[in-house]
Amino acid sequence: MTAPAALLPPLPGHGGTGEPVLQVRDLVKHFPVLSRGVVRRRVGDVHAVCGVSFDLHENETLGLVGESGSGKTTLARTVLNLERATSGSVRYGGRELTELSRRRMRPLRRDLQIVFQDPYASLDPRISVHEIIAEPLRIHGRYGTRGADEVRELLRLVGLNPEHGNRFAHEFSGGQRQRIGIARALALRPRVIVLDEPVSALDVSIQAGVLNLLMDLQSELGLSFLFVAHDLSVMRHVAGRVAVMYLGRLVEIAPARQLFARPAHPYTQALVSAIPLPDPRKERARKRITVQGDVPSPVRPPSGCRFRTRCPKFAAQLTESERTACVEEVPALADRGSGNPVACHYAESIELL
Amino acid sequence: MTVIDPGEESGAVLDVTGLSVEFPTEDGIVRAVRGVGYRLERGESLGIVGESGSGKSVTALAVMGLLPRSARVRGSVRFEGAELLGLSDNQLSDVRGRGIAMVFQDPMTSLNPVYPVGYQIAETLQRHHPDLTKRAARERAVELLGTVGIPSPERRVDAYPHEMSGGMRQRVVIAIAMANDPDVIIADEPTTALDVTVQAQILDALETARAETGAALVLITHDLGVVAGHTDRVAVMYAGRIVETGPVEDIFYAPRMPYTLGLLGSLPRLDREEERLTPITGSPPSLLNLPPGCPFAPRCPLRREVCDSTEPPLHQAGPVGHLSACHFAAELVGAGADQVFDAVGADAEALARFADTAPSTEEDPA
Amino acid sequence: MTDTEAGTQRPRVDGEFTVRQRTQTQLVLRRFLRHRAAMISLAVFLLIVLWAFVGPHLWHYSYRKYTPDNSQPPSWKHPFGTDASGYDAYAQIMRGTQTSLKIAILIALGSTLVGAVWGAVAGFYRGFVDAVMMRVADLVLTLPLFAIALVISSRSGGSWYWIAVVIAGLTWAYVARVVRSSVLSLREKEFVEAARALGASDARIIFRHLLPNALGPIIVNATVLVATGILTETALSFLGFGVQPPDTSLGLLVAQAQTAVDTRPWLFYIPGAFIIAIALTINFIGDGLRDAFDPRQQRVRQ
Repeated sequence: MTAPAALLPPLPGHGGTGEPVLQVRDLVKHFPVLSRGVVRRRVGDVHAVCGVSFDLHENETLGLVGESGSGKTTLARTVLNLERATSGSVRYGGRELTELSRRRMRPLRRDLQIVFQDPYASLDPRISVHEIIAEPLRIHGRYGTRGADEVRELLRLVGLNPEHGNRFAHEFSGGQRQRIGIARALALRPRVIVLDEPVSALDVSIQAGVLNLLMDLQSELGLSFLFVAHDLSVMRHVAGRVAVMYLGRLVEIAPARQLFARPAHPYTQALVSAIPLPDPRKERARKRITVQGDVPSPVRPPSGCRFRTRCPKFAAQLTESERTACVEEVPALADRGSGNPVACHYAESIELL
Repeated sequence: MTVIDPGEESGAVLDVTGLSVEFPTEDGIVRAVRGVGYRLERGESLGIVGESGSGKSVTALAVMGLLPRSARVRGSVRFEGAELLGLSDNQLSDVRGRGIAMVFQDPMTSLNPVYPVGYQIAETLQRHHPDLTKRAARERAVELLGTVGIPSPERRVDAYPHEMSGGMRQRVVIAIAMANDPDVIIADEPTTALDVTVQAQILDALETARAETGAALVLITHDLGVVAGHTDRVAVMYAGRIVETGPVEDIFYAPRMPYTLGLLGSLPRLDREEERLTPITGSPPSLLNLPPGCPFAPRCPLRREVCDSTEPPLHQAGPVGHLSACHFAAELVGAGADQVFDAVGADAEALARFADTAPSTEEDPA
Repeated sequence: MTDTEAGTQRPRVDGEFTVRQRTQTQLVLRRFLRHRAAMISLAVFLLIVLWAFVGPHLWHYSYRKYTPDNSQPPSWKHPFGTDASGYDAYAQIMRGTQTSLKIAILIALGSTLVGAVWGAVAGFYRGFVDAVMMRVADLVLTLPLFAIALVISSRSGGSWYWIAVVIAGLTWAYVARVVRSSVLSLREKEFVEAARALGASDARIIFRHLLPNALGPIIVNATVLVATGILTETALSFLGFGVQPPDTSLGLLVAQAQTAVDTRPWLFYIPGAFIIAIALTINFIGDGLRDAFDPRQQRVRQ
């Protein structure tokens, strides 16, 4: 076991207050692409996560937002060591998680939990809800004599009727199942919970209840949330700080208020202006920044800045010589005058809302 | 903007009245759509919003005659005055092509995987203009692909659907819809499977298609934001019925149905910071053996006795054209979601107990 | 509790559990009960089982006792007649059916147990473990079942459980392959990853989550194996390498009667009919189960 090491130096400009609980540095995750046929050779890599660094602080919600293929889910899983990192480091409580075997990892699982996106697929259909929530307690030898009471208490905590413990997951609606998933994650009283798109499968009216529940849990229990989502409106509501991901890289990180008021990365700007507002007058009067085309393949990401192929700034505003930097040089995530780290050579804050 | 007035006989391009759809299942009859009616003037756009299971997609499929045979459809669907319900498949497919075009959530349901997309567009064009030469049809296909925002259309015209991304395919579907030069486009959750940046592009493409063809649009979605920006009128569906309908601004700024108000209050907003969301408690009712009374009553904070016995009809609830199916619509005048709904979250007592109690055992076997 | 309400608030009975689905088990059962051929087969099969296991206690002749009558055609006294030595064929066929069923069921249980665990472990670990384990299974499948069974069981003295063990030892690989393929898809499900995120051990994931979810194909296969088992046992006994006298089995009875097909046809045709009846009913039951478990059979949803 590695000796408890001191905290890593903080990341300049990333913001956040309180002790860092989880520190991620230069995390890389590649998946091999194998050729077809009998002998499957490695013909390339899916660059899912490329050199991502962030700190998750005590009692904060860090939002991780990005579209499909941005690598946000892979990042979340790699942070929890559910996927082996290709390189880089994840520190929790002075321990380097990426080096731990599954067995060594087990005691840390009590502190680091996850809630999955799909409330239908993430609960075993063959065991009762009581058993689903009891499972973490049993695995970590905490079920004992009080286990049954504890499960009932957890059900009550997430707003479900404790008497329904003997039912099966499919007897519940989507929102109720997601609550079951939350109860399971809470059972071990973790410090960090990774929420992987916890509400994106739910209808709006149901989603609001789950969001309220999560926020109550956090403020009362002092949890740290890594909240992964593609929905910026949800992000704005729950997150203190937001990190925006595009094709495996962080492109901007800022306190939520600032990010939405004055986004500096062209991609963040495009994202913010693409979200439709449920307000007819505002929605019709908005200034829009639109991007072209679709997200490129993460197998062969563009050189330099990965967003340049769709970047409205690159296409319309930059001169030929300015574009060279975008093509040749990977923009570092650094403050370029906007007050927060942005990975764009020509970052510039714009007010969009 | 139009008034829904069943008495009036005018040039509505699509007129749906008393539409109901039932699916017989082993457990009984599922009443997926219960008396839905709307009329669409030429060039107008109507948004139909509702959560999953509200019957919004079934309504669209019923209009298009695309439901499975086991479904029992009643009511009337008139396209340019001609009744569509009860037409044979052949007669319907003629209407489908020329009069009403459909854009589904999954573009692959309308694309043939074994033909290049350009060929599929050209084929549609030639069906409607038999005198069009092959070459001209192809040129027009390229043009249409460009119109819906596909980059380098001359190259893409020979691509197969599987070689394209989801957003690209959806654009091809819209191009095919345009090739039909329809009078009505029904788009059923056209952007649900797509990323937001792509969603914006698709919605733009839909707008372009409307502008070019002058078609009326029925936009079915669960996303209130999409409706806010792209439709003139809105119909909110719940448990197989339209529970509120009216001009888009009336619905968003002065809802007269607690469900609509609840939906708006549940929505986290990008444009303002709200402390608490006000969810609607409970879940939508099962459409099987629906109890009498207002289907929203079990979740409704305004519920009274009458709500459990009588299902309120759609009635005038505000300015012209604003209808609501709530007994107490008048009480919602000037009410905000936070005044009507509770901002429930975690059970405070259980949470306090949980925060106080220590884990039962500290040691770990591992 | 309703979807968003906290536990202390007024309980609402309506509105909850709107997703009124049945459990998987109930669904499967319903579909199975509707499968007419399978239901009739199940009834016939259960009757045969009951008859074979309870019948001997009620019948006034033992399969081991000579009766004074020999070579009698079927009569009230000897419903299935008697053979040349005076054995009552009714008693013998009851005993034979019993032995054959015992062997078949043991084969099904044994190979299912071994095969399911083998396949689940291979499918769960994939990679090298999978390659090695499945090559072993392939090897077993390539062995000429019959030749091996002949050699081994001829040395085992013909006791029924030895025969069952030998045949099971050669058929488990079928089950292993089926279970492996269903575990390969199950292991990608999110609930398996959820268990891993909770720190569950591999054994827990395999036995608590994967195998119970693969129960459908396992049960279907076990049924088919009963039929295979009966036919294999019959064939072995027919060739004289299976059950040895004084015990008897359906295969042995047919073998013993082959010289009497023309003179005392009842001795040959009646046990033969039983073999066919058992194999056929089990195949129909298997079909019914397969249809019941098949997800494509699910009801049309909205």
